[in-house]
Amino acid sequence: MAHLAVLRFPGSNCDDDARYALERVTGADVRFVWHADGDLGGAGGVLVPGGFSYGDYLRSGALAAQSPVMHAVRAFAERGGPVLGICNGFQVLTEAGLLPGALARNEGLAFVCRTVTVEVQRDDHPLLAGLRRGQRLRLPVAHHDGRFVADEATLDALEAEGRVVLRYLPASEPDGNPNGAMRDIAGIASGRGNVLGMMPHPERAAEAILGGEDGVPLLRAFARASGVAA
Amino acid sequence: MSGPPALPPLTPDGAWPDAPAGAVPSGVVADRSRAGTFGLTPEEFDQVVAHLGRLPVAVEAAMFGALWSEHCGYKNSRPLLRRLPTEGPQVLQGPGENAGVVDVGDGWGVAFKMESHNHPSAVEPVQGAATGVGGILRDIFAMGARPFAVLDALRFGDLASARTRYLLHGVVEGIAGYGNAIGVPTVGGEIAFHPSYQENPLVNVMALGLLRHEDLQSGTVGAVGHVLLYVGAKTGRDGLGGAVFASADLSAASDADRPAVQVGDPFLEKLLLEACLEAIQSGLVAGVQDMGAAGLTSSVGEMAHRAGLGVDLDLGRVPRRERGMTPLEVMLSESQERMVLTAVPGREDELIALLRRWELDAVPVGVVRDHGRLRLFENGELVADLPVGPLNDAPTYVREGREDPAVTAARERVLDDLEPPADAGAALLELLADPTIASKRAVYRRYDHQVMTNTVVLPGAADAAVLRLKGSDRAVGATVDCNARYVGLAPRHGAALAVVEAARNLAAVGATPLGVTDNLNFGNPTVPEVYHQMSEAVEGIREACLALRTPVTGGNVSLYNQYRADEGVRAVLPTPTIGMVGVLPDVHRRATMALARDGDALLLLGDGAPSLGASSYLARVHALEAGAPPALELAAAERLVTTLAGLVQAGLVDTAHDVGDGGLAVALAEMAIAGERGLDAELPAGLAARADAALFGEAAHLALVAVPEEVVDAVSAVAEAAGVPCRRIGRAGGERLALRAGDLWIDLALADARDAYERTIAEALA
Repeated sequence: MAHLAVLRFPGSNCDDDARYALERVTGADVRFVWHADGDLGGAGGVLVPGGFSYGDYLRSGALAAQSPVMHAVRAFAERGGPVLGICNGFQVLTEAGLLPGALARNEGLAFVCRTVTVEVQRDDHPLLAGLRRGQRLRLPVAHHDGRFVADEATLDALEAEGRVVLRYLPASEPDGNPNGAMRDIAGIASGRGNVLGMMPHPERAAEAILGGEDGVPLLRAFARASGVAA
Repeated sequence: MSGPPALPPLTPDGAWPDAPAGAVPSGVVADRSRAGTFGLTPEEFDQVVAHLGRLPVAVEAAMFGALWSEHCGYKNSRPLLRRLPTEGPQVLQGPGENAGVVDVGDGWGVAFKMESHNHPSAVEPVQGAATGVGGILRDIFAMGARPFAVLDALRFGDLASARTRYLLHGVVEGIAGYGNAIGVPTVGGEIAFHPSYQENPLVNVMALGLLRHEDLQSGTVGAVGHVLLYVGAKTGRDGLGGAVFASADLSAASDADRPAVQVGDPFLEKLLLEACLEAIQSGLVAGVQDMGAAGLTSSVGEMAHRAGLGVDLDLGRVPRRERGMTPLEVMLSESQERMVLTAVPGREDELIALLRRWELDAVPVGVVRDHGRLRLFENGELVADLPVGPLNDAPTYVREGREDPAVTAARERVLDDLEPPADAGAALLELLADPTIASKRAVYRRYDHQVMTNTVVLPGAADAAVLRLKGSDRAVGATVDCNARYVGLAPRHGAALAVVEAARNLAAVGATPLGVTDNLNFGNPTVPEVYHQMSEAVEGIREACLALRTPVTGGNVSLYNQYRADEGVRAVLPTPTIGMVGVLPDVHRRATMALARDGDALLLLGDGAPSLGASSYLARVHALEAGAPPALELAAAERLVTTLAGLVQAGLVDTAHDVGDGGLAVALAEMAIAGERGLDAELPAGLAARADAALFGEAAHLALVAVPEEVVDAVSAVAEAAGVPCRRIGRAGGERLALRAGDLWIDLALADARDAYERTIAEALA
């Protein structure tokens, strides 16, 4: 059976959390892949975790996007391999050109750590298998640069192609859009649907004792798309 | 994985520089008349001369000055600190190492320590606070423990002032910036405001780390012939003289001390953390020490001292950021993110290769000798030669202490003439909006409090943080506490109350207290009124820690917290912050303060009449800081703590809250706000001397619990059997906060209480 890869950049700090949650909820064999490595070791799916890769002193994710392992991830994604980017991982995927748009500094200019409500926008997406359109999920966010931005044409195309996969409730609602993201976008997918980036942390909502399990279906869907029975 | 970069060969032992015993170091000889520039008094300078048998060269005098500073040498506090209890069956490591360690069961230990970064934060709040976090985290992983939680105790002046807002913003940004980036959750703490901190804020940071018993490390050089590695950031001129800076008064001229404030790099520290832990777990490390205050001088000096050995350091090998640094600058630099590691003999190359894989500088800089001296060489030349023992044994001073008569008078002030509040509801709203009591949500939302996925009680939800241990049913509770107004009015009593409050807070989440780290923040110890506060406060901590069986396993002393202004010197309120760690045997049996169910019975546990002396109510509503703090009976406090923790651990109680600042009215309001449901309660007749004291008076051993009706009898039986009074006072539910005591009553919409509670800090940080 395939195993899952969790990338590890210097400065990643949700790598252990991602592995722990994936192992726990999917039973998968999860292995770390170091940023300097040129190959993914035959993994069936790649998770790019949260944190502050290389300290994020330039732009969040900018340096990680240039690391050797990202060449391998790009080739893997071009072959249709599933790639899930969470938080800093989402930032890395946009910097690497695997997803459009960018994650800019939060509207409030401050780091925000809280639980928000997001709404699933698709019910036939491989990386959202088991979730329904309109389903609401309670997921933690923790970021300084989470405001999704893109030009109008890109935003319109993302909407038209059904690539906006997770949306915050409007900021006017309780626990709504925490960062000023355009069109309340919390997560998007690539055109082929095999690359998905999201700001919320499903791995932090994968156990009742941590306050919720709404992240579990997202992790399971990723594992299944990666050829891991979950 | 690609191979490690090629290594320069390790210098063979014989090639280390050497000098005959008794050789006189080259360099400018220091002059007694300039002792003060080295941080020494003239008398201390004479002692240095006696230890050396000659006049010191400048670098030697400066090294003595740094290690004999208050910050490193505890010269005014050591005789007091010796009185603290440090032993217990749960203690795996007591004071004297980088951090204390207590046993939490299942083979796990928790390393924990608190340290201040007050002076740097006063001058440059962002970096001052950030490097405070960085420094204490290094102390934790130097013990072989993985840092897994940070708590902060912060003190500021008047929130309405621009300076306080600047400092609050900066300190919060600094803590967030460092903690979030390195990936250690900031899970709790406290923030209080008082005019005495206006110019001299307090930034006390406590960190906790988790280790397997067998991974416990020591800051030692090991044995003769062992090689010391310098690991981490390069050495620059930043932070030069920080230990001395931290041991002096702040004044308007302190802004010129900005170069004494270091700059933090959490990314580099993350690499250092991962590399050190991997090296320790790979069995490559014989000793490890953080380079904190006084940099290489204190780290190598302390490591040699613990082993009773000597070290030869080759300064030319120390990685540097700047050209032309003198030996003095290299030895006293406080550049951040640096460690000293002693390699296991024969495995030096393996250790260096591992560290370099993490892209760290890792350079052999020293070798352990049996001469008991710290000798420095540059370009093969001896530039300093100091005896390790005296260097680490600062002279101590026992000062004269006496109470300020104004404090005595304030404490003894009779409060019987106070007018009762015209509107108790309005008084409660005022207290809920008081910045010290108000919700700190706007602050902790800026901290990543969930990374590492162990945080099972979120900040603001309970009296203490709770972190589960993965792979175990156990959890760890942690809290930091000090009501400095109590300590200011009655130092011994107030410090004991701080310990008791910390224990009560742990009990309220279901944790059994295990150990204490203390951060003693005071003014100038040579002022008798200040020394009196220190001496009395330590005695109070001693008494309470003995009663609660919570040994003190480490801590930090920060003196000279005062500001020299034109109108005179003003010291901060005496603030002996107590950090306490406890264990929950079963993570599933824990409590928060949030009212969980409509219809739950509200029970008041414990005894002692709430009183108005030294209370928040008095300070806020009557603008009066006077009276004696709440009466404390240590045996009653211990009974309450043990009983309350036991009730939670038995699964009988999942909603509990300590009665603290603002008394029962504030405690009940906080439970209602957290649970988003109202309550209706009537305080027992005779609870306090007067109705306003029942509502807003404070107490040393009272707590509230809320339980379903069918559990009331069981809870009551357990409490009464333990000698802890248990009184039913009301019921949870509804949308209003209704509370009566004698002829006073409060009836507020819950939404109004919440608004008052949430607004203050959110507006200040907006």
